[in-house]
Amino acid sequence: MATRRIVTGLRGALAAWATPLRQHGLRGGMVCSQCQKRWSSVSQRPGSDRVNFPGAVNSLFTTGLEFKRATEDDAMPTYRYLDQEGTVVDKAHSVDLSNEQILKIYRDMVTVSIMDLIMFDAQRQGKISFYMVSAGEEGIAVGSSSALSHNDPVFAQYREHGVYIHRGTSISEFINQCFSTTHDLGKGRNMPVHYGSAKQHVHTVSSTLATQLPQASGAAYALKLANLANPTDEQRVVACYFGEGAASEGDFHAALNIAATRSCPVLFICRNNGYAISTPTLDQYRGDGIASRGVGYGIDTVRVDGNDVFAMRRATLEARALALSGGGRPVLIEAMSYRVSHHSTSDDSFAYRAKVEVEDWKRRDNPITRLRKYMEAREMWDEEKEKTLRSDLRQEVLKAYRAAEKEKKPALSGVITDVYKEMTEEQMEQLRRVKRLVETYPEEYDLSEFDGGMDSVDEVLNGKYQGPSSAKVS
Amino acid sequence: MVGSRLARPAAQLLRSSPSALPRSSFQRVSAPAVSRWRTYASGSKEMTVRDALNEAMAEEMEKNSKVFVLGEEVAQYNGAYKVTKGLLDRFGEKRVIDSPITESGFAGLTVGAALAGLHPICEFMTFNFAMQAIDQIINSAAKTHYMSGGIQPCNITFRGPNGFASGVAAQHSQDYTAWYGSIPGLKVVAPYSSEDAKGLLKAAIRDPNPVVVLENELLYGLQFEMSEEAQSDEFVIPFGKAKIERPGKDITMVTLSRCVGQCLVAAEQLKSKYGVEAEVINLRSIKPMDVEAIVKSVKKTGLMMAVESGFPSFGVGAELIALTCEYAFDYLDAPPIRVTGAEVPTPYAQKLEEMAFPSEQLIVDYAAKLLKV
Repeated sequence: MATRRIVTGLRGALAAWATPLRQHGLRGGMVCSQCQKRWSSVSQRPGSDRVNFPGAVNSLFTTGLEFKRATEDDAMPTYRYLDQEGTVVDKAHSVDLSNEQILKIYRDMVTVSIMDLIMFDAQRQGKISFYMVSAGEEGIAVGSSSALSHNDPVFAQYREHGVYIHRGTSISEFINQCFSTTHDLGKGRNMPVHYGSAKQHVHTVSSTLATQLPQASGAAYALKLANLANPTDEQRVVACYFGEGAASEGDFHAALNIAATRSCPVLFICRNNGYAISTPTLDQYRGDGIASRGVGYGIDTVRVDGNDVFAMRRATLEARALALSGGGRPVLIEAMSYRVSHHSTSDDSFAYRAKVEVEDWKRRDNPITRLRKYMEAREMWDEEKEKTLRSDLRQEVLKAYRAAEKEKKPALSGVITDVYKEMTEEQMEQLRRVKRLVETYPEEYDLSEFDGGMDSVDEVLNGKYQGPSSAKVS
Repeated sequence: MVGSRLARPAAQLLRSSPSALPRSSFQRVSAPAVSRWRTYASGSKEMTVRDALNEAMAEEMEKNSKVFVLGEEVAQYNGAYKVTKGLLDRFGEKRVIDSPITESGFAGLTVGAALAGLHPICEFMTFNFAMQAIDQIINSAAKTHYMSGGIQPCNITFRGPNGFASGVAAQHSQDYTAWYGSIPGLKVVAPYSSEDAKGLLKAAIRDPNPVVVLENELLYGLQFEMSEEAQSDEFVIPFGKAKIERPGKDITMVTLSRCVGQCLVAAEQLKSKYGVEAEVINLRSIKPMDVEAIVKSVKKTGLMMAVESGFPSFGVGAELIALTCEYAFDYLDAPPIRVTGAEVPTPYAQKLEEMAFPSEQLIVDYAAKLLKV
């Protein structure tokens, strides 16, 4: 087997020779930055000062035996545009947004935070089973989303409400999902916070951690082919969000490696918020964060201050352009932040971190207050406007909340449709039995709460169910 | 992990040609017996299961540019079992892709490509290695359509060899039919002959749902007749329809994959020894399952035995017997029985290995016991 691996490696290297790398102006032994294919002769030149093994084509020989490890001293720097006081520190670049666009970004972040407070309380009151807030990380989602095209497919983890809001998902859509009403696009089949929207090009959130990462690489491969086939259409990338905890899963490593080797146009956006539920980063990994791994996989990587919405935007804009260059390539953004909230409603984080630490972060640095300070310094914003915005948004959320409470439950047939694209004979038989049972004992089964009562079942039984009207995501 | 890779059957293929696997004596599978029970139109020809699978993929890739193959060694090396032979030359490196060694990674990648609208064929070198990717197959591929409210199809085919192989021991020869068969949202097929292989794989690629195609390594090299109809590039076998491989009136053998061949041999022996006629049902499709065919046969024979190569507990045999009891209990003259693999991790030593899987003799013995002959 070992023999075969090397044989395959040789063959791979020889095949790579055939690709026209010269047009990129490469010298022998270099890694082509555009197609990311290794190009080298595997023969060892006599007297060469470097290794020419297929697996490391440009490594200098040394007589010094030294083990390498990242130290705190050479940690990758963190890019920021604004400082904590909202003052511009990257003076070489100006904000590429109109005041109106900046206000939208601000409004989107505040919307998320207000909706989070109310829905968190709804869980505490027993109205919904579960919720996850974004507090402290609104800037990562909204800032990066503002730099993407609306048509770029997104694979989210679960703390990216800002992406949905920025793309135009309404508060009412969120709340209907959390309450599993008939207006929930997922037909009440998912836990709260597991949103998905074909219209917004966001794939449904998956509870299983990190599965979205290799899927994002795959979707990006599909986009790569589409981009190549239709060069005049909008060239798209995939954006994939995950936490630093998820990056410990095997899927993370598989996804980065495969995206790098297949040159897939995908943005891996890591929200490094310091905690994976209760596990602090110190117990999660050693080395220089998640960013150093991107470098290890040969992926263009940048570390950004995630509390700085402009830095997130600028990094994502540049990353997107990079991802589309030379036929496609992955980019990793590690967005540094602090999870102000509990992990979810099932978590009480004060069991493993001091309340004062959280309060300190809340006060000291926060993406919303940072942008607010920036806007106030430019007289775009003041206390009065802030009060009005917060009060208006609160009313809007409560209105949607009250409306959702009164909505009907999803249609009864939804329990069995969509397991397969078309209904199986067995499923039809089961539905027939349901109908018979309910109609025989009407006093035992109250269908009034279900949208359409028995109609939805009849629709399926009569072969009229065609699936949802919107065909598919992306 | 490295250690287990060393034992990959592919390593053996490197040493010798696929047809000369070490310990090929284990390969005495009963393909020739089949032809005795079939009559073919004059246009029929012989074809190996390997070539049939290859033809199925090539035809579907020709027909639909969204179809592509991804897996370990599928491109340059032509597949660990040569099932993807020639596809790289024919369809190019954008559609026949060698993956790094990371099952969860490339399964996830193909799921993602399917979610983005392509129709990937995800080849596992064997389904033993797909355990690393089972989260992607079950939690993502199988459930996404339902959990997205029906808006997100996932047209993907997972395929590769499954079940018993020879001389590769516990971690390379076990049967996952029951695992995948229990998941709503997946469709699962297990071809036996070349016609099965071509028709079912083509149907799997065309099906809008995720389909798991469980092939068998020991069947790849066997020749079967391909009817004229099966040679057409429009030949597909519908899911959920079993095939009566051998009609009979005395006992019903319900079986799948390689065990079909063993049952056919056993049925011949039962006839010559005891003069009984066994009916052999090749399930072809595990999910959905053709319960009607089983019930119809049991009505006729009154005796039912399930023959499969998985572990006995919670297995395909258990399911087949449960279904038979649920739907055909009144037609049974005796409690149904199952012949399965042994409740041990597959041993390496040849003689132990032979005892770990159903043999033709075992099937004959159990059938004779049930028939009281």
